[in-house]
Amino acid sequence: MEVPILKQGEVLIATFQAALSDADLEHLRRGLVEQVVRFRSRGVIVDVTAMDVMDSFASRTLREIAQMIHLRGAETVIVGIQPEVAFAMVQLGITLESVATALDLEEGLEYLNEKFKNVN
Amino acid sequence: MAIGSDQDIVAARQRGRAYAAGLGFSVMDTTLIATAISELARNIVSYAGQGQITFERVTNGNREGIQIVASDEGPGIPDIRQALRDGFSTSGSLGLGLPGVRRLMDEFDVTSQPGKGTTVAVRKWRQ
Repeated sequence: MEVPILKQGEVLIATFQAALSDADLEHLRRGLVEQVVRFRSRGVIVDVTAMDVMDSFASRTLREIAQMIHLRGAETVIVGIQPEVAFAMVQLGITLESVATALDLEEGLEYLNEKFKNVN
Repeated sequence: MAIGSDQDIVAARQRGRAYAAGLGFSVMDTTLIATAISELARNIVSYAGQGQITFERVTNGNREGIQIVASDEGPGIPDIRQALRDGFSTSGSLGLGLPGVRRLMDEFDVTSQPGKGTTVAVRKWRQ
């Protein structure tokens, strides 16, 4: 399943679908990092609003995506974690330590714009 | 249902969620159940390669719940107590699988014989 990646200025927006397999997540990780390099992006928003489940593999992949993108000098923010998904993640023992999160796409963009301002 | 690939992990958690919703579980609980199924199915794929997951309605007095049984004929777990400790992993792919699943569900039972396989049975009761 393809994850659409939108380019909006200096920011890439990846919108996750409900039923992503491990292979889809790995494919996305590669694609996203490649595009950050290609477009010299400064920020990435990963929108997980539609995701049904965030298990240990999905959250580990998200952490890795954020780390790789950070090494490229760009920022990642994860938006749209649903309340019940957040509850399940906490029960499962998952942390997204050091990965920025925001309520939705709008707040994610605001977060990145603030970050960009501080750098300039 | 048979579990043998990462596509099956997605199918199992979707089918389990639909089954739990049919039993009247809330959106919150169906998400917890689907997350537990995802971890159990991933354990099968990571450690045993293939196995099975079944869903079943269970009752206890006037309580109604779901039972999920994940079984495989893989290498088994040599030390179950160690496997139930947070942060333990031998495949490198998880590390919070079983203790996390135990927290997501109400009842948790694991039996394993080295060389013969592992069976994990979990239950959640409807609120």
